[in-house]
Amino acid sequence: MRALAWAIAAVGLGLAVLFLGLEAAGFSATAGLSALWLGAFGSWDAFTSSTLVRAVPLILIGLGISVAFRGGALNIGAEGQFYAGAIAATWVGLQLAGQPRPVAIAVLLLAAALAGLCWIVIPVWLKLRFGVIEVISTLLLNFVALSLVSFMVQGPLQEQGHIYPQSDPIAESARLPLLPGSRLHAGLILAVAGGLVLWFLFARTLWGFRLRAVGLGPRAAEVSGRIDSQGVGAMALLISGAIAGLAGGVAVSGVSYALFQNLSPGYGFTGLAVALLGGLHPIGVVISGILFGALEAGAGAMQRDAGIPAVAVYVVEAVVIVVALLATVPRGGWIGLRAVVRKRIAPGKAPG
Amino acid sequence: MDSEVLVAGFLAAAVRVATPLMLAATGETITERSGVINLGLEGMMLAGALAATMGATAWGPWSGVACAIVAGMILAAAFALLAVGARADQIITGTAITLAAVGLTGTVYRQAYGSGGAGLSIPTLESVAIPGLSEIPVLGMALFDQPAPTYLALLSMPLVWWVLFRTRLGLALRATGEGAAMARAAGVRTKLIRTGATIVGGGFAGLAGASLVLAQVGSFTEGMTAGRGYVAIAIVVLGRWHPGGIALGALLFGAATALQFLLQTLGLDAPYQLFLMLPYLLTLLALAGAVGRVRAPADLGR
Repeated sequence: MRALAWAIAAVGLGLAVLFLGLEAAGFSATAGLSALWLGAFGSWDAFTSSTLVRAVPLILIGLGISVAFRGGALNIGAEGQFYAGAIAATWVGLQLAGQPRPVAIAVLLLAAALAGLCWIVIPVWLKLRFGVIEVISTLLLNFVALSLVSFMVQGPLQEQGHIYPQSDPIAESARLPLLPGSRLHAGLILAVAGGLVLWFLFARTLWGFRLRAVGLGPRAAEVSGRIDSQGVGAMALLISGAIAGLAGGVAVSGVSYALFQNLSPGYGFTGLAVALLGGLHPIGVVISGILFGALEAGAGAMQRDAGIPAVAVYVVEAVVIVVALLATVPRGGWIGLRAVVRKRIAPGKAPG
Repeated sequence: MDSEVLVAGFLAAAVRVATPLMLAATGETITERSGVINLGLEGMMLAGALAATMGATAWGPWSGVACAIVAGMILAAAFALLAVGARADQIITGTAITLAAVGLTGTVYRQAYGSGGAGLSIPTLESVAIPGLSEIPVLGMALFDQPAPTYLALLSMPLVWWVLFRTRLGLALRATGEGAAMARAAGVRTKLIRTGATIVGGGFAGLAGASLVLAQVGSFTEGMTAGRGYVAIAIVVLGRWHPGGIALGALLFGAATALQFLLQTLGLDAPYQLFLMLPYLLTLLALAGAVGRVRAPADLGR
């Protein structure tokens, strides 16, 4: 309950800051926030075709980041893994014409997850072999992935006319089914199911116990539980990368149907906010993913209908992240999150 | 003759692209040497870029530079308050600061110039040729016929080296980065040092943003730093937390970008994106110890 109260406080404060900021900047904040609300929850169409569609990649990436976090690792390369997944999904999706739909979709998503996994294998290997901190290596690979996408859409995967920097649309059979009358695709089921599976793994399996033990205190886990904390942390990162890759596959197969250069509007970083607001709890991440989806959907409406730049909601995201972090400092707040973040701050050292 | 012009142009472009990176990375070196990793650098550059645009429009280019430095320092102070003062996780706080800066600059820019965008005719910093030195064939044009921020970047390099490695302050700063607990026991006010180093780093990032707008691009666009702040962090690693190494690292990244222009000039249809990847991959190799020995300050990020 405390976690919920903190989460509500974080979002409330974020929106309050947005309101005051818009007023101070001379925009009509009331009009802005009402456009934001209507754009996110105003109609069934807005909720399904905007909010939930935007929520799907955020939930998946947030889940991935929270797995890594739980294992005591920080994956800020989700953006790169997302693009790796999107590239693989596009390439596979172009070959799948005429295949039965379930097979085509399964193959595409598997390829995407594998690509995300491969993309994070490099940082994991660098960490295990040379002790390179994953924060910098995963971050660097984001840029490599961006260049790779740019190369792909102007090279091997460019559409047949060789004019636009984008790929041809993937085969019909490789596209995720849509909810009739909306743009909402079956990726939502995948995201929610992913949350439930992770919840089960975290809460009910030995693996989940080990993961949490390592995240809470790698030394203690090693000494008292004979847990290979390096191995567990590496596994957490690998899973995290695979999930982010999957998100890239879902974005191609459910929304864009093709590879573009700016397929991700910073999902990797918003995913961090999603994971933190969700308290690193899979179900919490699903809910916070929907909330951030609403925020981003509403932001678009705010720009269209009230003339307020959509990027203003990044301020809300920033406030949410900061409040979530600060909530980890005093007693209470996000249980688990506090301990995990604390350990990252001062592993094996007295705080202060 | 023709090839000489091409090489000179290539080098000049490389230096021009490298200048903001060098400035930001120099500041980040100071910050990281004190044990703080500032992922808000990207946001501070962006804030600097917008502040430079607005300041330059109102009062001329050098005021723009001053505004940019102040903007970077304000954001850095906010970062330091959270990450040093409240000991919130540095990586996540930095990311939040960058997100906030993207949102703030976008909103302020639209409000100030309208959605059509403007600031197209802002006064910029022109190239200043240094008499004599700029006459040197090839290298002269690259190094000594550049706008002022390039000279600032080149001058700050030895200055920062001197402060870090030859003064008591630098010693205390490095001690804080290598072992805050012991430095504290020895009487160093570590929180003060880290806060100061972060704010100075933010000032450099703001200056880097100003140089991007006033000496390289000539106008502001939303999100124009496009990851340069993160690149600067990579350069600090590649340059082994050392001002000299950072200059070389920044030039390498600059050269990779300039190569793209050169290839286009020559009409070659080479996949320039692959060259753009190279510096990042090289940085990863450097991290893995394949390119010389690299060691981060021991207390970095803690």
